[in-house]
Amino acid sequence: MSQTMLKVENLFCERDDRVLFDQLSFEVDGGEIVQIEGANGSGKTTLLRILSGLSRNYEGEIYWQGEPIEKVREEFRAELLYFGHQPGVKALLTPEENLHWYCALHASLDPARVQEALEQVGLRGFEDVPCHTLSAGQHRRVSLARLYLSDARLWILDEPFTAIDKRGVAAKEALIGRHVAQGGSVILTTHQDLQGSGAVRSINLDRQGERG
Amino acid sequence: MNQPLNPQRRPAIGMGALFAATLKRDLKLSLRRKSELVNPLIFFLMVITLFPLGVSPEPGFLAELAPGVIWVAALLATLLSMDSLFRTDFDDGSLEQLLLSPQPVMLVVCAKVLAHWMLTGLALTLVAPLISVMLFLPAEGVPGLMLSLLLGTPTLSLVGAIGAALTVGLKRGGVLISLLVLPLYIPVLIFGTGAVQAAVTGLPLDGYLALLGALLALGTVLAPLAIGAALRISVSG
Repeated sequence: MSQTMLKVENLFCERDDRVLFDQLSFEVDGGEIVQIEGANGSGKTTLLRILSGLSRNYEGEIYWQGEPIEKVREEFRAELLYFGHQPGVKALLTPEENLHWYCALHASLDPARVQEALEQVGLRGFEDVPCHTLSAGQHRRVSLARLYLSDARLWILDEPFTAIDKRGVAAKEALIGRHVAQGGSVILTTHQDLQGSGAVRSINLDRQGERG
Repeated sequence: MNQPLNPQRRPAIGMGALFAATLKRDLKLSLRRKSELVNPLIFFLMVITLFPLGVSPEPGFLAELAPGVIWVAALLATLLSMDSLFRTDFDDGSLEQLLLSPQPVMLVVCAKVLAHWMLTGLALTLVAPLISVMLFLPAEGVPGLMLSLLLGTPTLSLVGAIGAALTVGLKRGGVLISLLVLPLYIPVLIFGTGAVQAAVTGLPLDGYLALLGALLALGTVLAPLAIGAALRISVSG
């Protein structure tokens, strides 16, 4: 299963009169990991926000399974899992309540699997404490538990391993490997080298900036 | 483990469930943040308490001013609480997740505004009889006051939420909300106080209530669309 999931053509974005990328074109196929590389401030997060549909400050075309993305927004969102800089975890709610709300937002997810997902990220025993009492790494793990719940085909992960310990990172890499093996796609940024997740294609934004 | 990646998804059921879940979540969040919860009510009570001290404690004079004072205090109390409606969701990234949901944003927005109104507008309406005694509002005016607040404050929440959504991306949006939203609050204020005055003097208030109801109907239909669009702009920027 290697159909093209996401196709980007001639993407151009500038911020404060600085060109972040120009004529950026690439494709993401099913079963593929794409790592966006670049120095700090090179526009990695901006690119991921554009791809996920959060930011509309761009020129160029993005296609989801061959259709222009504006036309298939809802289908695209149903197939997307976005993990951003801000984990989207409410500090005053417990991990369980946070994930239940996420399940409500995505009707195809089964709330009964929340417990299992929390167990997978090592938060068993913390289901009922407010998230503000958790450590920074645990806080992010609450959000990462969404990866275990998700049935989305495209994962867009912005620095998913920040504040996660070594064992956690290995588990997440294995999870990403499984997702890709099932035909899903992953676009991510990270400053760590991905190990054991099979073929990783990289796109470097630094050269983009110079060319612009 | 992961479910098989299934292109044939379940249809978008669970809209009612999402509305209920969001309403419950927002109420729960407010109840865990008690200081913010009571802020509008305290403000409302303070204005009403201080007003007679500052102007005159003379009953006849106060009774004449009461409809306007209560309505202005309710309006400002709502406005004060508006800024926090989307602020924490924006800061912790929940807003991004909300906008990326395949479900309609309007639905979640409606639930959030309803939760906000239940803890401001509805609460203000419920304490209004007590307040009206403090300002010597004649007893005939109290039903009119409560009805007008009941119909008017949801409109204030809906319109205020548009301003909150537009300014949530700014570091200090509080002042800007007031500038954006106050002109739109004025009709509600005029018909709201009009209804109370009519009730006090024994005139029929159907007309005023019908106008407040019309404003509410218009707001309920149009405001969620505007709030959703405004949130997308704020997050995109």
